[in-house]
Amino acid sequence: MELLVASAIGVMTAGGIYLVLRLRTFPVILGISLLTYAVNVFLFSSGRLTIGAPPVLSDDVTTYTDPLPQALVLTAIVISFGMTAVAVMIGLGAFLGSDDDHIDDQPEPSETEGQP
Amino acid sequence: MTHWIVAPIILPALLAPLIVLAARYHIGIQRVFSVAGVVALIGLAAGLAWQVSDGSVIYYRLGDWAAPFGIVIVGDRLSTLMILLTSVLALFVLLYAIGSGWDDRGRHFHALFQFQLMGILGAFLTGDLFNLFVFFEVLLIASYGLMIHAGGNARLRAGIQYVLFNLIGSTLFLFALGAIYAETGTLNMADLAERVRLIAPEETVGIRVAAVLLLLVFAIKAALVPLHFWLPSSYAEAPAPVAALFAIMTKVGAYAIIRVYTMIFPPDLEVTSGLHDVWLLPAALVSLAIGMVGVLAARKLDRLVAFSVIGSMGMVMVAISLFSPAGIAAALYYIVHSTFAGAVLFLVSDLVRTGRGNVDLTPQAPMIGTVVTAGMFFAGAIAMAGLPPLSGFLGKLLVLDAAFDNDMMVWVWAIVLSSSLISILGFARAGSIVFWKAHSVEPPEEPVPDTRNPATMSYVAVGGLFTLLTLHTVFAGQVHGYTTTIAAQLFAPDAYVSTVLDTPGKLSKPQEGY
Repeated sequence: MELLVASAIGVMTAGGIYLVLRLRTFPVILGISLLTYAVNVFLFSSGRLTIGAPPVLSDDVTTYTDPLPQALVLTAIVISFGMTAVAVMIGLGAFLGSDDDHIDDQPEPSETEGQP
Repeated sequence: MTHWIVAPIILPALLAPLIVLAARYHIGIQRVFSVAGVVALIGLAAGLAWQVSDGSVIYYRLGDWAAPFGIVIVGDRLSTLMILLTSVLALFVLLYAIGSGWDDRGRHFHALFQFQLMGILGAFLTGDLFNLFVFFEVLLIASYGLMIHAGGNARLRAGIQYVLFNLIGSTLFLFALGAIYAETGTLNMADLAERVRLIAPEETVGIRVAAVLLLLVFAIKAALVPLHFWLPSSYAEAPAPVAALFAIMTKVGAYAIIRVYTMIFPPDLEVTSGLHDVWLLPAALVSLAIGMVGVLAARKLDRLVAFSVIGSMGMVMVAISLFSPAGIAAALYYIVHSTFAGAVLFLVSDLVRTGRGNVDLTPQAPMIGTVVTAGMFFAGAIAMAGLPPLSGFLGKLLVLDAAFDNDMMVWVWAIVLSSSLISILGFARAGSIVFWKAHSVEPPEEPVPDTRNPATMSYVAVGGLFTLLTLHTVFAGQVHGYTTTIAAQLFAPDAYVSTVLDTPGKLSKPQEGY
């Protein structure tokens, strides 16, 4: 169980970082989505992994899972969803406006003209 | 328990939707609401600052749940000073935006402005690390909207860089929070301050990783080299009043570093030893140097100002990373100064753009309103470069004095003094190209399109910021005395911790009377 969760987080983070380094809008947004999935699973596991245990108090249960990480993950999911939507819209606007989806600054024309 | 402390967050949070819903087509009503809200914020912030100036700590339990189970809003000397600084800056920035007509060049400027204020003020006031993350996101999502206000391709491209960089920063923040929660089981700052000390020395791997991740996140916000790459493009392309307001955003990062690394991971804590002096101080010195070299190398006035902001954040971080009471006191004095100086320079660069149509550092015919604009640029450059008589000089002296008995004293003095010289050269070069060489260029026969005389209220707003800088200089003794008491409070966090943790509140079951 621990190995499965840990390797899932690791693989998603590695894939996310690789995509983020592509420096074009679409792969970068995909990469950031992968990174947020990784961090959500990581947050979920920060309250220790417990299988089949309820998070709320009841009389006939003795083992519980930590409820706080679940609340944190919920907040993180909502925020990252909204942020991704904003990033997609701004990225689309920038792409439609300049017909170029590179994220890094392109060299200014004046810089290349002066060089032989 | 007083309710006033939550008002600086609630007021903009209510005002922003009101502006969107009730006044979206009436720019005049939006302006009235927005200015009235900011003036009320200044009153609230001043009242709170006065209330805690005797060293007491005021707090507010949201939903009356006791810490560490509920979220607390805490005000001490440091956070109230920062909210007062934010609201005063916001008033003049808002006056400039209204005077220059920037707020009418796109939709929803005032609503986003209020949401931005809510995020910044919340980040200064919260006493909970996860809540700090939420307020960071509030201020970021509002800043995305403000950053691309009025549109344009260059602005959208700079905007996407800014958004993506900050999204990665937010992800790192969540990783750090998860690691901290896994190690300590709490995210309340006061509770963390107690629990981190209890971790056994051989089990500190997780908390050390978390401390470094958290420092990285705050360093991104504070634009510390090598995490500063988002700043030059986005600040240069953002609308000038927005860039001027963003002058406080880098200070949010500095504030978070001061708060977390004096209270939760103080310098004498063995777990994180080396983080402060081995890593933070050299990075701060490099930012200072790179920022000021960027001032000399910039080809446009707005980029020049953006690099000077990086340099001044480097100066702030040099003072912070000394982590001595004298260093923090000097850093806080310099934070106030560099916020106003950075805002002034962004607004002056917009005055240049208004008067001559662009901000390229090339000789062009004299611009409209050149006399007043040149005078303001001169004074702003003196403030930012740290020449006498303005407060930048005093701030630098305080930083140098605080570094006097540090091991790295030679490096600090050498880099602070040489980078000052470079920035003076950079500002002198820019000023003489834009304002002096203009007189040797033949004026064009037809007036340059899109140039006009800057509005009187623009000058009033910039002049108001200058007045504040002057007051900051004249009353330097009193201000520095107050920042010294702030530093003393920060290095004795017991009052903060006990106020937050030991006050009973509603726990798992309602008390009598509810």
